[in-house]
Amino acid sequence: MTALRFTEDHEWISVDGTSATVGITDYAQDKLGDIVFVELPEVGRVVEKGEAVCVVESVKAASDVYAVASGTVTEVNTALEGEPALVNNAAETDGWFYKMELSNPEEVAALMDEAAYQALVDGAEA
Amino acid sequence: MRAFGPAPSCSLSPWGPTVAETESDLKDTVLADRHATAGARFVPFAGYRMPIQYDPKRGGGIVEEHRWTRTHASLFDVSHMGIVDILGADAGEALERLLPAALTDQPVGTQRYSFLLNESGGIIDDLMVTRLEDCWRLVINAANRATDIAWLAENLGAEVAVQPRDDLSLVALQGPDAGAVLAAIDPAVDALYFMEAGTANVGGVTCALTRSGYTGEDGFELALPSDMAGDIADLLTADARVRWAGLGARDTLRLEAGLCLHGHDIGPEVTPIEAGLTWAIPKRRRAGGEFIGAKPVCRQIQDGPSVKLVGLRPDGRAPVRAETGLVAAAGTPAGTPAGTPAGTPAGTPVGTVTSGSYSPMLEAPIALALVNADLASPGTELIAQARGRTTPCRVTALPFVPHRYRRRR
Repeated sequence: MTALRFTEDHEWISVDGTSATVGITDYAQDKLGDIVFVELPEVGRVVEKGEAVCVVESVKAASDVYAVASGTVTEVNTALEGEPALVNNAAETDGWFYKMELSNPEEVAALMDEAAYQALVDGAEA
Repeated sequence: MRAFGPAPSCSLSPWGPTVAETESDLKDTVLADRHATAGARFVPFAGYRMPIQYDPKRGGGIVEEHRWTRTHASLFDVSHMGIVDILGADAGEALERLLPAALTDQPVGTQRYSFLLNESGGIIDDLMVTRLEDCWRLVINAANRATDIAWLAENLGAEVAVQPRDDLSLVALQGPDAGAVLAAIDPAVDALYFMEAGTANVGGVTCALTRSGYTGEDGFELALPSDMAGDIADLLTADARVRWAGLGARDTLRLEAGLCLHGHDIGPEVTPIEAGLTWAIPKRRRAGGEFIGAKPVCRQIQDGPSVKLVGLRPDGRAPVRAETGLVAAAGTPAGTPAGTPAGTPAGTPVGTVTSGSYSPMLEAPIALALVNADLASPGTELIAQARGRTTPCRVTALPFVPHRYRRRR
C-alpha cells in the first residue's frame, strides 16, 4: 500500500496497484461529531470521480461523500452497519468506507499528500 | 464531503462558516472563558457564540454529554435566552391578555409553561413564566428576544413595565444528580419541586432558581448575577458529578423528551392545539377567551385541529431530518390501529418532519412531525421521502424517553 492521499473535501484514498481503499479523514470525523449512520454504495457500482457515493449521518447533520476517483466499487465496510462509531474511533484505518478498482489511477496522483492536506486543515483552523 | 439539507436545529453545518469568520458580529456569554477551558466547540447561535459540544477527548461529544445528563448531571450555559421581568400592580391581568395561562390565580413561587399567540392563534414564542414576589419573570427564546419584547411592550399597556434583565446570566443544571449536587451547596433547594421557584445561596451569592429545564430530567435553571456567574459555574462544575454540556446535547435531550423547539416544531403558523400543548391552557382561559388568539384557539379545542404534532420512529438507523416530506403508506386495511385510514391513498403528502435526529438512549433515529390529524394515532405508518431515500416511520406516543421530574405527590 502507498501512503494516503487526500481531497479538499476531507476524503482519503490508499492505493495498492489499481485497487484502492477510501474513507473520510480524522479531521472530518472530528468536525462531524458522533457518527450514527453511514450509507454505503452497492458493490459493483461504477462511479465517476466527484459523484456522491456515500452519506455520513452524524447527530448534527448529514453529509455527502464524493467519489475520490473513478472506478468500480468492489467491497464495502459492513462493520460500519453495526458500529458507525468506528469512523469516529479509527477514521483512517478500521473506519474505511469502501474499496474500489480504479479505472484511471492517474486521478489519484493529482491528490494532496499528507503534508499538503495537513496544511489545508491547519489553514482552516487558523 | 459536504453537508446538505436544512440546517439542523442546533444550526451547525460542519462545513459552514466557522465562528472565526463571523466572530465580529457575535456576542459572548460571560462564561465564554470557562467553555474555552473545558474544550468547547463554538457555533454562532441567535447572535451568540455558543458551545455546541465539548472536547471528545475529555468526555465531551453530543452523545456522551447526552448520556451523562441522563445518568449524572450537566451544566448548560443558556445565557443567550432572554429573561424579562414584568412589573406593575396589574401585571398579572395585563399578561393574561397575551398568555393563555391562569396567571392571576398562580401562587407566588410557581412556574408555568405558556406562549405568546398572534391573532391567528399561532405561537410567536413559547416561554416559562414564574410568579415572583414583586414581578412576573419570563424566560424567552434567544432568537425571538427582540420580537417578544416589542410585542410585550406594545400589548401590555402603559401601566406595566417590561424590564429585560441583561444583568443576569442563565445556567441549567440538569440530570438525576442535579438535586443532590445543589442541595450539597444549599440544602434549602430540597424544598423545591418541579415547576417551583425560590432562591438559593450558591457560594455566598443569592440566586433565583426554578426546578425545571428542557431535558426531561430533574434539575434547575439558575439566574446568576453576571459578574458572579463564572465563580458559580466553577463551584457547580467542581462537583465530580457535574460536566459541561452544549447546545447539541440540549437539542437531542429535548427531542427525546418530546419538547417542542420554537422555529422548528412550533412557530407563528402553528397553534398550541396543533402542537399538542392544549394542556398548557387551563379551563378558565378556554372559557374566557380574553387573550390574543383566543378565538381560533378555542375553536380548535372544540372542533379538533386538522394537523397534529406527533412523534415518529423511523425504521433503520439513518436519522430523518427536519423538512423531510411524509406520505401515506400503502394500504393496510382500514380499521386496524396500525392501518392507514381508508381515504388517504398511498403516496399522498400528509405532513413534514419538524425535528429529526438520533436518540442516544434508544440508539435509534427519532423525529417530530406535523401530520394530518387523521394519521396522527400511535402506530400509524408514514413514509419519509428525502433525496431518493424512502424510510418507513411509525407514529409514536411522546415522550420517547420518560420524564423524570421531581413532582409533588
